[in-house]
Amino acid sequence: MTLRLGGKLYLSTRSYLAEAGFSVYKAVVLTAIVLITLYPFWNTLVISLNQAVDTTRGGIYLWPRIWTFQNYKSIWVTANIPNALFISVARAVSSTILNLFLTTMLAYALSRREFVLRRPFTMIVLLSMYVNAGLFPNYFLIRSLHLNGTFWVYIIPSMISAFNFIVIRTFIKTIPDSIFESARIDGTGDFRIFRSFVLPLCKPVLATVALFVAVGAWNAWFDTLLYNSNKPELFTLQYQLMALLQQSMNQSRSAADINTAGMAANIIASTVTPISIRAAGTIFATAPILMVYPFLQKYFVVGLNVGSIKE
Amino acid sequence: MPSAVLRKSPGFWKSLMTQRQLLWMSLPIVLYVILFTYVPLAGWTMAFQDFKPAKGFASLWVGVKWFKYLFSDELFTMVMRNTLAMSFINLVFGFAFAIGLAITLNEVKAKRLKRFAQTISYLPHFLSWVVVAGLVSTMLASDGVFNIVLGWLGLAKEPKLWLGEPKAFWWIVGFTNVWKEVGWNTIIYLAAMSAIDPALYEAAEIDGCGRLSKIRNITLPGIKPTIIVLLIMNLGWIMESGFEIQYLLRNGMNADYSQSIDIYVVNYGMRQGNYSLATAGGMFKSVVNILLLLTANWVSGKLGEEKLV
Repeated sequence: MTLRLGGKLYLSTRSYLAEAGFSVYKAVVLTAIVLITLYPFWNTLVISLNQAVDTTRGGIYLWPRIWTFQNYKSIWVTANIPNALFISVARAVSSTILNLFLTTMLAYALSRREFVLRRPFTMIVLLSMYVNAGLFPNYFLIRSLHLNGTFWVYIIPSMISAFNFIVIRTFIKTIPDSIFESARIDGTGDFRIFRSFVLPLCKPVLATVALFVAVGAWNAWFDTLLYNSNKPELFTLQYQLMALLQQSMNQSRSAADINTAGMAANIIASTVTPISIRAAGTIFATAPILMVYPFLQKYFVVGLNVGSIKE
Repeated sequence: MPSAVLRKSPGFWKSLMTQRQLLWMSLPIVLYVILFTYVPLAGWTMAFQDFKPAKGFASLWVGVKWFKYLFSDELFTMVMRNTLAMSFINLVFGFAFAIGLAITLNEVKAKRLKRFAQTISYLPHFLSWVVVAGLVSTMLASDGVFNIVLGWLGLAKEPKLWLGEPKAFWWIVGFTNVWKEVGWNTIIYLAAMSAIDPALYEAAEIDGCGRLSKIRNITLPGIKPTIIVLLIMNLGWIMESGFEIQYLLRNGMNADYSQSIDIYVVNYGMRQGNYSLATAGGMFKSVVNILLLLTANWVSGKLGEEKLV
């Protein structure tokens, strides 16, 4: 008797069954990981597109029952989405540009072996990865610099990360010294070398670092709560979503206390509910990442080899 | 290298003069790092004062009053329990699921299918905790999918408001972390597995080894160094159970189990204006972190692994 599976020949029924069982296991795991990752988005999307009061009846899992864009329209105004989007994009873009420029410049300077201050400077930067004075000491620093209540509080405190510094410096060290050496002999200054050689040569690693800086800046919300919570014009998209989320948390808390009848009357009075609003907000905050995700893959896969040095 | 050796070193200041441009490129940034990372350490004095923002650092000195208060505060004990429990669950789940998934993915021969599953599984890593908290609360609502699935499986008779169940909170945080990071965490293990010599597998096959015995005797030993380094490193962060997810999912009902040390600090500082106690709490955490990290580093060195710091 011969048994075949995936082009392979099996000599015993036992090994054939083991192999077949393993194939089933693999298929189950792969399907599970894809479904479990994607389904929450789908569920949230259909809830956001379903009429809010109808959603409270339950049963919205795969497809909207009563289609509506009311939830989106509602947060577009109440959460001031256009402004929040603008602030979030401005934050992500300026943070990324400044981060990349400054970190690469520092990494280049501290990769030059002959630089007499290389060791102490490198130590100061690397140790910063492990030193954290804590929330309130940092808070008072920001306050004394009068950064609170301004857009700059999003940018200035996080311009350098020691981790990105390591990643970029490691990359610069792989560039043959001879390139810099010959330029230097020609009398080219370090600023010129940085601009005309280092920055262009670092493009692959900078793409990856940019991805991580941009995502980090896009996803941040706690600094808004801490420093700009009385400046609605500086609210980011994530902060607005956080506010919606907290509202819905309070609602579900009261839902447990109040009897259902009182609750239902309360909900019918309005055309939107915190649950539906939360769903729409979640989709708003996720959509930009989902849209750029397919294009970014190649960068983070390339960059991982570099990143794995320290992680 | 040779040029640096051959060149006669011309004295510190003289070298610095010729390296003016390098100095200009690095000094302002280093000063910036000092200002934003090391200068705030001066704020630790707040922990030894009755700090009043109006008086600033001229506030009354009270010695270790706040630390005494901290260690006798029942709330702080509870907060420490929650922090340690959640980070322990995160640690165990984080390792177990990532290693399990990496081993499974490593066995998948269909390249495109594997690539697709991986790409999907990395996605949540790029989302904010706010988005994740939004998704989790939708899934766990009393009419949410989680309750439905439990019903199908016959594991629960009645739908529950899971975020209102105090005892469930640690596990919710644990599984949420797995959901967000498991795919991403497989990357490093898959990289380690790809470095294993394929000849080992072929030899095992000739010897008649089955899948499981190949996994046990080749794959697992192959990624053991990676696991050990990551484990040691993560033990150094045991005081960090995460902050955002607890902050976002906590509510009045689960407060006894959701409050972590970071939330304790935020609550005392922001809500009650007790910056001294908040700073003492934060300082305690930072100091323990640094001690743990140094220990982890030392252990790592002893074991002959690469030093982390």
